[in-house]
Amino acid sequence: MADLRNNFVGIKSPNPFWLASAPPTDKAYNVERAFKAGWGGVVWKTLGEEGPPVVNVNGPRYGAIWGADRRLLGLNNIELITDRDLYTNLIEMKQVKMNWPDRALIASIMVPCEEESWKAILPLVEETGADGIELNFGCPHGMSERGMGAAVGQVPEYIEMVVRWCKQYTRMPVITKLTPNITDIRKPARAAKAGGTDAVSLINTINSIVSVDLDSFAPNPTVGGKGTHGGYCGPAVKPIALNMVAEIARDPETYGLPISGIGGVTTWRDAAEFLALGAGNVQVCTAAMTYGFKIVQEMISGLSDWMDAKGHRNLDDICGRAVPNVTDWQYLNLNYIAKAHIDQDACIKCGRCHIACEDTSHQAITQFVDGVRHFEVMEDECVGCNLCVNVCPVENCITMVGLEPGTLDQRTGKPVDPNYANWTTHPNNPAARQAAE
Amino acid sequence: MGTTQSGIHRGRLAPAEYETNFSDLHPRLDDHEALVAADRCYFCYDAPCMTACPTSIDIPLFIRQISTGNPIGSAKTIFDQNILGGMCARVCPTETLCEQACVRNTAEHRPVEIGRLQRYATDVAMTENQHFYERAAHTGKAVAVVGAGPAGLACAHRLAMNGHDVVIFEAREKAGGLNEYGIATYKAVDDFAQREVDYVLAIGGIEVKNGLKLGRDFTLADLTANFDAVFLGMGLAGVNALGAEGETLPGVVDAVDFIAELRQAGDKASVPVGRRVVVIGGGMTAIDAAVQAKLLGAEEVTICYRRGKEHMNASPFEQDLAASKGVMIRHWLQPKRVIARDGHVAGIEVEYTEMRDGRLVGTGETGALAADQIFKAIGQTFEAAGLGLLAMAGNRIAVDAEGRTSVPNVWAGGDCVKAGEDLTVTSVAQGRDAADSINRMLAAGAQPSVAVA
Repeated sequence: MADLRNNFVGIKSPNPFWLASAPPTDKAYNVERAFKAGWGGVVWKTLGEEGPPVVNVNGPRYGAIWGADRRLLGLNNIELITDRDLYTNLIEMKQVKMNWPDRALIASIMVPCEEESWKAILPLVEETGADGIELNFGCPHGMSERGMGAAVGQVPEYIEMVVRWCKQYTRMPVITKLTPNITDIRKPARAAKAGGTDAVSLINTINSIVSVDLDSFAPNPTVGGKGTHGGYCGPAVKPIALNMVAEIARDPETYGLPISGIGGVTTWRDAAEFLALGAGNVQVCTAAMTYGFKIVQEMISGLSDWMDAKGHRNLDDICGRAVPNVTDWQYLNLNYIAKAHIDQDACIKCGRCHIACEDTSHQAITQFVDGVRHFEVMEDECVGCNLCVNVCPVENCITMVGLEPGTLDQRTGKPVDPNYANWTTHPNNPAARQAAE
Repeated sequence: MGTTQSGIHRGRLAPAEYETNFSDLHPRLDDHEALVAADRCYFCYDAPCMTACPTSIDIPLFIRQISTGNPIGSAKTIFDQNILGGMCARVCPTETLCEQACVRNTAEHRPVEIGRLQRYATDVAMTENQHFYERAAHTGKAVAVVGAGPAGLACAHRLAMNGHDVVIFEAREKAGGLNEYGIATYKAVDDFAQREVDYVLAIGGIEVKNGLKLGRDFTLADLTANFDAVFLGMGLAGVNALGAEGETLPGVVDAVDFIAELRQAGDKASVPVGRRVVVIGGGMTAIDAAVQAKLLGAEEVTICYRRGKEHMNASPFEQDLAASKGVMIRHWLQPKRVIARDGHVAGIEVEYTEMRDGRLVGTGETGALAADQIFKAIGQTFEAAGLGLLAMAGNRIAVDAEGRTSVPNVWAGGDCVKAGEDLTVTSVAQGRDAADSINRMLAAGAQPSVAVA
């Protein structure tokens, strides 16, 4: 039985599945239900400074895009930080932490970018017994207009400054939550590290207009005839999040900096992928908002069963395992050659591989063979692009098969070179040519 | 209320039961159901379903239009190929056509519900009274169409679209042909056949003259003399005889007449049915008659077919439907003699059959089935007069690939020609294609070559 216990910057939880700071963690009622369902930890919905709380819109706060069968693929929200009184939250947090000492409870915080504001709130949070704090530098709507959230997260100097204040005024571990609404995620991560952060968490939501109401000609969600950009999350953002996590994990300047992975984690498999790319644990929101807290049971059993099957004993066995295999394009082996292969027994003859290849790629898949509808890869045309694999509706029907070194590549008429060779030394690369000269 | 008395009686059931029994077999999908069903379509390239459709409806496209919330555009995709797409959605044996070809069968033994999706889209468009076609500039040409069934209507619509004037000569009181008279009641409820006729005729330029029968009221020569072209689509007027003693006894009925009577009856309780019914035949007509006899309250309904299950023209789906309604289907039995009592049907003597040296023969072993009523459903035959020297093939009108007959300017299609299966959808395709052929001829202003010498 795999050991799923998680130790993230000293914060212990029975499993690596935390609920992200968001509506599901806004009050004790929800968090109690989450812990009962089995979540390892929660990041309480972001606290603001003392005084009248923020207000939310009273119309729709969410928009979505769907896949087949109306499966939710992407969610967008325009909700702000908690709209409840600071002390109400603090009292509830303290009680919940007492009720659930084995679970992680993190306070997400967003106050104005002034030293006094942070200095004021940190002792209040510390008094709750929370295990750590997460600095919300990511919220892309509403709060950023007031100089908080993403407005801080988009300026590395501010990140470093605020992190430094926090490290100065609290003993609690500091997790810096990063916004993806920047051009290079390594810059804010480096700044957080420079400020002394214990970890980063990412990604926060992505600026987005999820759809437009074509009757009112207003963005969704539409509030009284107008809409605004919101924060995009859910399964659709996972690839963006994975890349950003990997960029930080493999950046020499931030190498080893603990990462809490966030962004579209919906199944155990998603979680395992984040862990493999260097995340120490994961945070989940949209999946819970779509299906309820029970989904954590699938995540726990799925991850555990997979680890058992593969012989991974604990999370350390898998964390970061894929990081060494993330590289720049220029280092990919140009002598590796693969061809698509269609399993004729599995093929249902929908023809999608053919038309995708014929219309948009390399004309390498037949439609008829001897007058019969038959889809087969023409190896002399196949460049191994993988598009057919991706459009095929039957899992494992089309696979990419790497050619053994020495075998003939029918497309080029040359044998497969066993040696590794990449773009940096390729004769077509002007830079390589200059270097040679 | 109701009766189990022997003999042929009306009102066997309580009034409410008739309504239940003759309600829509497959009600229209609602919007959500349609989206869920449409999601399953893979949008195949050169889709097998489309190839399997006699009218070549672009099925992946119309389903994608449903899935993107555009049922009106979807309906147009359907009607572009098949103006009677609404009825075809109800009566097509999809399980042997598009749905049999669906690649989902290979993947998971359950096809996309193409027929029901087609019904959804066409119903939405027809309910909203959306019309997609306008007549082209008037050509001054006039075409006669004989028969207002699926072939005639499809032909007339396409001709009207191309700017020609059309007169349809229809022998019966109403237009629609077998859609009106020959389809089981529960497949086309709410007077759908007539609503569809109205929908088709709304394009304008088509005049339907009812009660005029070829051979009785006019001849083909009359039409060729007065019109620029003629399309014959009068279907099959005759019914095969049993060739068994006692066939003329009261209580021995043509299944097609029974089906028509039921369709035309405002109150289904007014249609009499036997307590014990035997249906002779193995096609769709046999199934429709047997199922509806059961739904009218017959206690015992048996289909006797002289060959095996695998030889039946009725699809497995239809056979299952009959079985689910309590109809007993018996195979390898042929009628020998209708048994009479007091001048009425009392039963039927049947003989077991077998295949011997590739021929179907009676084994000599006989038995009797008690019956108050016997339906003959062993096929319809071409029967017409006034055709002059029109060439025939296999007892039906001979045509070429475009529907041209042996007589110049005369085309034919539907069940009255021998080509393909006797399906509504096949008739629509033939009527439509003949109209295109006629249009090419009229547009060229040339005399067509005689196709069948």
